[in-house]
Amino acid sequence: MTTLTNARLIDPESGAITLGGVRLEDGVIVEILPEGAEGIDCGGKCLAPGIIDIGVKIGEPGERHKESFRTAGRSAAAGGITTMVTRPDTTPAIDSPELLDFFSRRAADLAPVNVLPMAALTKGRDGAEMTEISFLRDAGAVAFTDGDRPLQNPKTLQRALTYAADLGALVMAHPQEPTLSKGACATAGPLASLMGLPAVSPMAERIQLERDMALVEMTGARYHADQITTAAALPTLERAKKAGLKVSAGVSAHHLTLNQFDIEGYRTFFKLKPPLRTEDDRLAVVDAVQSGLIDIICSMHTPQDEESKRLPFEEAASGAVGLETLLPACMQLVHAGHLTLPELFRALALNPAKLLGLEAGRLAVGAPADLILFDPDKPFVLNRTKLHSKSKNTPYDLRRMEGVVLQTYVAGAQVFPLDD
Amino acid sequence: MLQHRHLLGIEGLSKAEITTILDLAELYAKQNRSAQKHSTALSGMTQVNMFFEASTRTQSSFEIAGKRLGADVMNMQMSASSISKGETLIDTAMTLNAMHPDLLVVRHPHSGAVALLAEKVNCAVLNAGDGRHEHPTQALLDALTIRRAKGRLHRLTIAICGDIAHSRVARSNLLLLGKMENRVRLVGPRTLMPSGIDQLGVEITDDMEAGLQGADVVMMLRLQKERMDGGFIPSEREYYHRWGLDAAKLAHAKPDAIVMHPGPMNRGVEIDGVLADDINRSVIQEQVEMGVAVRMAAMDLLARGLRAQPEGVYV
Repeated sequence: MTTLTNARLIDPESGAITLGGVRLEDGVIVEILPEGAEGIDCGGKCLAPGIIDIGVKIGEPGERHKESFRTAGRSAAAGGITTMVTRPDTTPAIDSPELLDFFSRRAADLAPVNVLPMAALTKGRDGAEMTEISFLRDAGAVAFTDGDRPLQNPKTLQRALTYAADLGALVMAHPQEPTLSKGACATAGPLASLMGLPAVSPMAERIQLERDMALVEMTGARYHADQITTAAALPTLERAKKAGLKVSAGVSAHHLTLNQFDIEGYRTFFKLKPPLRTEDDRLAVVDAVQSGLIDIICSMHTPQDEESKRLPFEEAASGAVGLETLLPACMQLVHAGHLTLPELFRALALNPAKLLGLEAGRLAVGAPADLILFDPDKPFVLNRTKLHSKSKNTPYDLRRMEGVVLQTYVAGAQVFPLDD
Repeated sequence: MLQHRHLLGIEGLSKAEITTILDLAELYAKQNRSAQKHSTALSGMTQVNMFFEASTRTQSSFEIAGKRLGADVMNMQMSASSISKGETLIDTAMTLNAMHPDLLVVRHPHSGAVALLAEKVNCAVLNAGDGRHEHPTQALLDALTIRRAKGRLHRLTIAICGDIAHSRVARSNLLLLGKMENRVRLVGPRTLMPSGIDQLGVEITDDMEAGLQGADVVMMLRLQKERMDGGFIPSEREYYHRWGLDAAKLAHAKPDAIVMHPGPMNRGVEIDGVLADDINRSVIQEQVEMGVAVRMAAMDLLARGLRAQPEGVYV
């Protein structure tokens, strides 16, 4: 039994911040305590539900030199992420129940936080044939996605969505029109033109989302867009939600805090998928998170080794690690007045939990004791070599940030910091 | 002397630096026309030409420029050697750096690659073209050619025509001509215009006659078929009809307007063959001549920078 007291409780469900504490027993929250109870004094710091991060890439199997369950798990614990929802875009792709079983057992043995795997939507993620969605779901897959490979063939997607809809399975898509975005590594505009980089119009996002919405309307499937990053796509999303489609959307913390100008000087650590957008897009997407149109903020944790980034921009790998920087990056939005803390944890914990049908993500009696204690104001300068992740490809190196995770609890047990 | 160790693009150059390079190049142009073409600016130095992309004109121009300045010049055909063995660009650069070259002339198919390489070496790096990004010596030689023909390099109307999207020459030129306070027009099909280019202080039109109206300089670009992934224009004959430069279209420019082309030309695609050879209008051969002079000037100035470094910093 653990009792944490004298904390600011961030409750994303009610939107309230109150002073008080929690009592944890057998891995769940058993009591919300009023101010002044006896227990471990949290010194007035913030206590919130642990982050549920949808879309984490772990290098296992295939690229363990970039990230392992152990390093990703430690990185997540240090970043206040109590549940990693992992991507299947490994080598080979997680597209069979046998592979998923291997994956889950490794995860349970090695990662100190919860790991919920997603499985591929098509075999080998090659967009041709759907995977064994039912078997995979029985084996523990919480959603189905081909990662950052958009499904090009509408007929394949229609069938997969129809099949998934019957099972009530969640499909996560990467809404970027593949022929337009092929080879592109920047957002089209004067900057990309001057830098001479192959670029894609932000419309590629809207085009694919429009198509996907039509297919969702046709099939009744549950659909989550992994990242919506442009203002142009927001009306499409809004229309779909108003029409009652079972649609949700996420965005990475990187797209909420960085813009296209960060790639100047051909800095490959800022090469992301989709590419960083204009400042107008960034602000529109931040507003959409605040209004709830965009449901979820994720890290899109994508570990890449130094070698794959030390290349000319066009040839360099895309993606950035994000587990440990997710909270401090998002705190920038809180400190700038864009979001309140409960709104932030609605996007980081409550909404992902609702989407996946989890009890976590709430500060309520009966919810799993997956909690984080953090100091929202503590400043620091990020040093990428200090990250727990095996890969250090963060765009925030040497950036001044605020917000430090003090303690992380998973099922009532402290997983960060650990004294070793 | 230049403010930078390398010449990576026009972007980093000031107006004064551009003028310095052109003034020195003017002297070298004169020297190149005399019987005694040699000087000693680079004597004792080693110049390595690394071309990751096939090139005849630029590479030989740099080679002649280096030799006339007294450098030991080596040409490396990169596609043939290390790339096929899987060596990365940075490793290639570090290997070469260990052999202590003084000047490294690099061309690479990817934008930003030359700057990346420059970060890893001690010598001076000259960008001989990186992807669709920049080709600074081409813009400088164009500027020198214009200055010699027009007597000045400011307040001119310059039409850059054709395949802007795939052209590093166009980017370097519009930066340089903009810095020197000229009026720049980009003329060509919208499919070959880079996106958002209208926000960079240039005029844009798809009408060749309107674009050439009153122009002092008509700069044609090569249709870069090898960089295209298909479908930018319907056919070469329609392209020639609408944007190929011939006497009728040139008649809209000023009577004394000059015609330029960075080469190699596609005769009958972007330019009429007879017009290209017309010594009264075309300065295409002079561009090649000024290329050697400008490259000599640029390497001379970079070498002065190297020699001025305190012991231990350089080498």
